[in-house]
Amino acid sequence: MTPQHFLGIDLGSTTSKAVLIDAAGKVVGQGLTNTRSNYDVAAQVAKAEALSDARLSRLEQALVEGGFAGAVELATALRRTARILASIDRLEALEARCAALARAAPDGGARAEDAVHRLFTRIAGEAEAVFGPLATDRSRFFRDVVGARFLAEAEAAAARREVPYEVLVGAWDRAIIEIENADSGDRLDGLLDRALAGLEAGSGARRAIDQARRDLEQRPIEIGCVVGTGYGRARLPFPKEQIRSEILCHGLGAHAYFPKTRTVLDIGGQDTKAIQIDEHGVVTNFQMNDRCAAGCGRYLGYIAEEMNLGIHELGPLALQATRPVKISSTCTVFAGVELRERLSLGEKRENILLGLHRAIVLRAMSLLARSGGVTEQLTFTGGVAKNAAVVQELKTLVTKHYGERTLNTHPGSIFTGALGAALFAERRSRGEAAPVLQKPRAAKAGATSEERVP
Amino acid sequence: MSQPQGALQAAAKAPPPAAQKDSSMERQKQMIAGHFRALSLAKETGQRVAYTFVPGNLTELMHAFDVLPVYPEINALQSAMRQLSAGYIREAERLGHNEDVCTYVKCDIGMLTKGNVGPTGEALPPPNLLLLSYTGCFTFMKWFELLKHEYGCEVAMLHVPYVAEGQPTADARRYIVDQLKAEVIPKLEKVTGKKYDEGRLRALLARSRQAEDDLVWVLDSAKARPSPIDAYFGAVYYVGPIFSAFRGTQDAVAYYRELRAEVEDRVLKGLGPVTPDGTLTREKYRLVVEGPPNWTHFRDFWRIFHDEGAVIVASTYAKVGGLYDQGFRHGQADDPLESLADYCLGCYTNLSLPSRVGLLEKYVREFQADGFVFNSIKSCNSFSAGQLVMLRQLEQRTGLPGAFIESDLVDPRYYGHANIKNRIESYLQMIEQRR
Amino acid sequence: MASAPTATELLERCERLFADTALDAVRAWKAAHPGRLAIGHLPVYAPRELIHAAGALPVALQGGGDQVDIVKGDACFQSYICHLPRSTVELGLTGDLDVLDGFVFPSTCDVIRNLSGIWKLLFPQKYARFLDLPQAFDASTGGRFYRHDLEELGRELHGLGGLPPDDGRLRASIALYDDNRRAIEKLYALRRETPWLCSSDEAFLLVKAGGVLDVQEHTALLRAFIDAAGSRPRKREDRIRLLLIGAFCEQPPLGVLRTLEKSGAYVVDDDLNLGARWLEGDVGPSQRPLEALVRAYLEQSTWASTRFEHDEPRGAQLVKRVRRAGADGVVFAAPSFCDPALLDQPPLQKALTEAGVPFFSFKYAENTGQFQGIREQAGTFSDSLKLWGAA
Repeated sequence: MTPQHFLGIDLGSTTSKAVLIDAAGKVVGQGLTNTRSNYDVAAQVAKAEALSDARLSRLEQALVEGGFAGAVELATALRRTARILASIDRLEALEARCAALARAAPDGGARAEDAVHRLFTRIAGEAEAVFGPLATDRSRFFRDVVGARFLAEAEAAAARREVPYEVLVGAWDRAIIEIENADSGDRLDGLLDRALAGLEAGSGARRAIDQARRDLEQRPIEIGCVVGTGYGRARLPFPKEQIRSEILCHGLGAHAYFPKTRTVLDIGGQDTKAIQIDEHGVVTNFQMNDRCAAGCGRYLGYIAEEMNLGIHELGPLALQATRPVKISSTCTVFAGVELRERLSLGEKRENILLGLHRAIVLRAMSLLARSGGVTEQLTFTGGVAKNAAVVQELKTLVTKHYGERTLNTHPGSIFTGALGAALFAERRSRGEAAPVLQKPRAAKAGATSEERVP
Repeated sequence: MSQPQGALQAAAKAPPPAAQKDSSMERQKQMIAGHFRALSLAKETGQRVAYTFVPGNLTELMHAFDVLPVYPEINALQSAMRQLSAGYIREAERLGHNEDVCTYVKCDIGMLTKGNVGPTGEALPPPNLLLLSYTGCFTFMKWFELLKHEYGCEVAMLHVPYVAEGQPTADARRYIVDQLKAEVIPKLEKVTGKKYDEGRLRALLARSRQAEDDLVWVLDSAKARPSPIDAYFGAVYYVGPIFSAFRGTQDAVAYYRELRAEVEDRVLKGLGPVTPDGTLTREKYRLVVEGPPNWTHFRDFWRIFHDEGAVIVASTYAKVGGLYDQGFRHGQADDPLESLADYCLGCYTNLSLPSRVGLLEKYVREFQADGFVFNSIKSCNSFSAGQLVMLRQLEQRTGLPGAFIESDLVDPRYYGHANIKNRIESYLQMIEQRR
Repeated sequence: MASAPTATELLERCERLFADTALDAVRAWKAAHPGRLAIGHLPVYAPRELIHAAGALPVALQGGGDQVDIVKGDACFQSYICHLPRSTVELGLTGDLDVLDGFVFPSTCDVIRNLSGIWKLLFPQKYARFLDLPQAFDASTGGRFYRHDLEELGRELHGLGGLPPDDGRLRASIALYDDNRRAIEKLYALRRETPWLCSSDEAFLLVKAGGVLDVQEHTALLRAFIDAAGSRPRKREDRIRLLLIGAFCEQPPLGVLRTLEKSGAYVVDDDLNLGARWLEGDVGPSQRPLEALVRAYLEQSTWASTRFEHDEPRGAQLVKRVRRAGADGVVFAAPSFCDPALLDQPPLQKALTEAGVPFFSFKYAENTGQFQGIREQAGTFSDSLKLWGAA
């Protein structure tokens, strides 16, 4: 009999995540995509990615278990090549759509179409360099990577007076949405064939892979139950019982990663949450930031933009600071103003940056205090948890206010909510998370035949 | 602060619910229509008009002088329910009022600038007197200072001291009575040309007391399972007449008698509360709420709760116009002016934070609540400053977690539906998971 | 005694006191006065004379400035509440205010009022007293109520271990504070007449020092500065003269005041540290000093947004004050989310417009770190006045 799997989908405001676990609660596949403006597609893409990931993992496992020389390297190369090929396919589809749109544009025509093709040829020529990192770094998305290259090329083309910039950008804006929204099918088999064709693998390894693929066909990954969570969860076409709040999922996911954790701090793009959980991962209290997104991930995004840096570069640079500058406001609206003023006063960039990071942590500390403080282990999740400077400042301030505490971060921290949802799905399949039966009501006659206001 | 003439107006637009339920509502609607008719005719009838606030209002005293009351807070919430507040607030901000300050004030100033048109479509008469009962809200004072500049009429200032130490002091009571005698009554006499008639005030206070007894019965009915009423969203309608122009009138006595009979009937039948979408059939969560509601999205806000089977069994907002459920009654004190003083001192927002926490704790226990929600209102520092400390205290005392959400009274820019819904749903799921 | 201290030395002392959020100066005072009380009070006005007459050191609490990290304080307040209560709670929870034996919260606004309750909840062991300053200014109503309130406060301070603030002591305290008020007034006169000899931030620091110093010591410090100021090597500059209002409770960071003066203005009058200047003129000697203190509150309170406008409209009073200060214009500097200051702005601005007095406005928090906007506004305002002259 095919073993059951359970899927959790976390539709966040910036990224959507899917996690697939087996009956033992072990993570077998993860999918991540940017949410764009379409929650439905994001959910499908994340799910398809998680399934592909799980299947690739089965192949990897077969290779490693077969004990072939270089099995691990081969598995890595297979995964990487399949991803690069997928990106190239997507790039081709994008090129076709962009070209058609540029041609149809009022100021477009054949010249514009040609310009699009030339532009894509240049991007495709660097496919390995462009998409290589994409295959390993899960937080970089096709849209962002190709978008940056496309816009740079479009500016150059416009400067050469080949075609108006607006025509190219207009075509891009529409095409990328169409391509992303069309992009939810599972093409893993085709990709694997092509990837294998280009890879050097011994016959034993190939046989193992073939065997594993046959096995996958006979015993496909079946999803027993799905639970959705995250800001866009209401958009999921699930019955109410299969939707859980991201707070509960986060708590349970963090508990799965670190069973001794009692407090979870999650700093995402637009919100910050401080969650208290018990020894079973059940949420006992939580606090979220107020209406204002000050001090969330978005704030760092503005700062990076203002400094013309990648968001990943902020933390390392801040850690070079010798003396943090005191920053009072983490208001996203004034982030740029604050920064420029400090720079104009002659403050060092890294000192300002550390000050900004510190300000974010100070706000998070207030939420932690509101939710009940840090009594035992603290787990830090969300996109901002990848920032080493934030982690360092958090550690310092937690120690200062609550004493020595273990601070956990997990490489899969972005999947915490989806993992929690998957665990809820697994429990649900066992009937555990079914709504608690209501105590019988004191009511008698009339209690069942309620009138509604017409 | 305020109450629900506006709510009633909004509800009245919906197709009528079952006739039996409708009669008290219909009566309230007629009472309100009659009041606004009298206001619109004040110029012709020569009846005097006083603007005043809901907390600590001296309605019986005004009736004793045949003065018609207007409540700018209620005008503001009515404007919000009719989706006019955003425009009024913008108008006030255009005139230089700051984005940071109370939106009731800005809504009122904006409405004034746009002709002071009331809910019936007729312009409200200007005040002959601004009766500033400065009870439980600092902004009231600033608000009427602004109106004084606009209308240039008489202002009677009644400073109601804050009950900081748990119980009102004899000095505080005496201070209010002194001011009633030295300031308020002389100004009412001056504006109306009538003499203060203590006998008339006594009769009015006695009628208030009758209505208050029935209101308290209705609020207490939420102790039943299922609760026959929603003591926050629904109570906004129930407290309407007693918080505003009708206290002390025979109309109010009749309204509360009828309302009580309706609720008694629901209890007998084991019915849950009426919501805009029908009767709540499954009481899944019993909650206590602290803080005023949002008026611009009143129904959406309410729906977040009743969609999940959450019933509010007690709220502090239903006490801003008097803590009748804690025993106070008009006319209880022998001296009618002392009775008015006791009333002013005891309104909810005039209580110290420790008293407020104590009251909430009492509600959680007596009404067997599963949890509590704080709706923190940006405009209202009197309610909001310190609510996070109150929340933690209440959590510690009851062992239950609380929910904290933020919105505003009448400024739609500060109501984030998805955000609030997310928090409330998360909160209710947490309660369910912990069961 | 050695030679008189220089203005710079005196100011350095004030700066140290300003930075002393942990109240080391108060600790030192208590060590030197064993058994005596130190009583903190919040803005705006508190009857310091009465606290002093109980043998206690009245300590003005005006927030934490821009150097205190706020964590626990932010946990207690929503983003739309002003900054002063956050830093006050932060200082309380970190133990910096432990040296104080009690706290008085005068009625100022709903936030300070509720802060009194927060104090009772967070620090149940500490004496925390809300003082309801009357908004009825008649001797028979507000006066009577206030006198009883002050008597009660005096009894409570005595109960805490203070001296009974009897008539003799209160009379002496009033005399000392009258003297202090005269010294502060002299400092403001110096600024009105020769603003280049004492900048706005310096005057602010000098008056603020009185919040933690013994009143006699503070008066001496002010007089020493006034004596020394004349010999400061400073020249008059071509700047406009501004009146700053709205900053009566939460105090702006020094950077705000310095930015204004660096942008071509002398701030010749203001409502900073308003509590220290609340009573206009002497309370005066009296056989019944408590009555005198009450009467002074009813009749000599300065114009303030926290007080009911029962007499002359504030707008008219503001225009008079502009004239008296010889100001060219007004700057409305209000703390963000300050209801009393912000709700007053439209009528005040209307009065100024009618009187032809130009103005500009901005908001701040005690820990504001950005002055660019203020610099631009103040610079433009001062340039335009210099070019086209005041109305």
